[in-house]
Amino acid sequence: MGSNSFDAMAGPRPQDVLPDSASVAVKIVVVGGFGVGKTTLVGAVSEISPLTTEETMTQAGAGVDDLFGVEEKDATTVAMDFGRISLNERLVLYLFGTPGQQRFWFLWNGLFDGALGAVVLVDTRRLEASFDVLGRLEEAGVPFIVAVNQFPESPVHPLDEIRAALDLAPDIPLVGADVRRRDSGKDVLLALLRHLHDLAQPLEAR
Amino acid sequence: MSDEDHAWHEAGPERLYVITGGRSGEAAKEPLDLVTLVIARSGPPHGMQPEQAAILRLCTAPISVAEIAAYLGLPFSVVSVLLGDLLAEELVVTRSTVPPVADMGLIKEVIRGLEQL
Repeated sequence: MGSNSFDAMAGPRPQDVLPDSASVAVKIVVVGGFGVGKTTLVGAVSEISPLTTEETMTQAGAGVDDLFGVEEKDATTVAMDFGRISLNERLVLYLFGTPGQQRFWFLWNGLFDGALGAVVLVDTRRLEASFDVLGRLEEAGVPFIVAVNQFPESPVHPLDEIRAALDLAPDIPLVGADVRRRDSGKDVLLALLRHLHDLAQPLEAR
Repeated sequence: MSDEDHAWHEAGPERLYVITGGRSGEAAKEPLDLVTLVIARSGPPHGMQPEQAAILRLCTAPISVAEIAAYLGLPFSVVSVLLGDLLAEELVVTRSTVPPVADMGLIKEVIRGLEQL
């Protein structure tokens, strides 16, 4: 390995290289607060170990509020983890886990543009942290579902109570999940896709 | 955001400014998405800027812009600028653009793929 980091740069493991037939890529954004399990969900369903893309946020872009209490710095780095699922020989799905704070969304230009939709991951211990996210996705016209990550130590609330607490419209799916489990993560993604399927039906056929 | 502390020593703003020649990528003709798939048309020419050469080496098979950025430890915005140059020089081609939203055929294809996981 040379001393120049770009001469000996890491790349995908051989088994992580996409086949030459891969030609269409789609994305789903997983939105949630710190520690709610975004990366766990991404990692549970991803065929590769989650990767991290970083952006440098300058003071001008940081908005008026503090960023994790990191002040008096010219720039700081914000990370977003993502994973990948090859759905068939041509179609690849990418999953991006992003913080709920809207100011981060602009760091990755077009994060939501062209996204199939979003999964809002919530934690019953901190439901109020999700209000902003729900409103902003609605404003942005991004279709979404809400998944409740049910940690073993979380208080168990019936989904209809959570729906009421979130003031979630009846047509937006709300599902429970244990995002550490691959089958549960897969069910969350399928719940979003079935919602998108319903939305794509012509009105008269619903 | 990862719970881990991602130390990042090499990619301070000054170095990134140098890599891109101070450009921000706003002027790119073909906007690159995080999931745009890129593939190289040739290997790196002799004497190429190391970051661009590293991109070409990663693109021997289809790979997303997000993965390129992650493997190189460079911000997406910087990789977009570098890829814009490589596209202009026809050293890479893009294979995937973001499909229109709510295309029923695509949604069904994703559902079938997920169900088979």
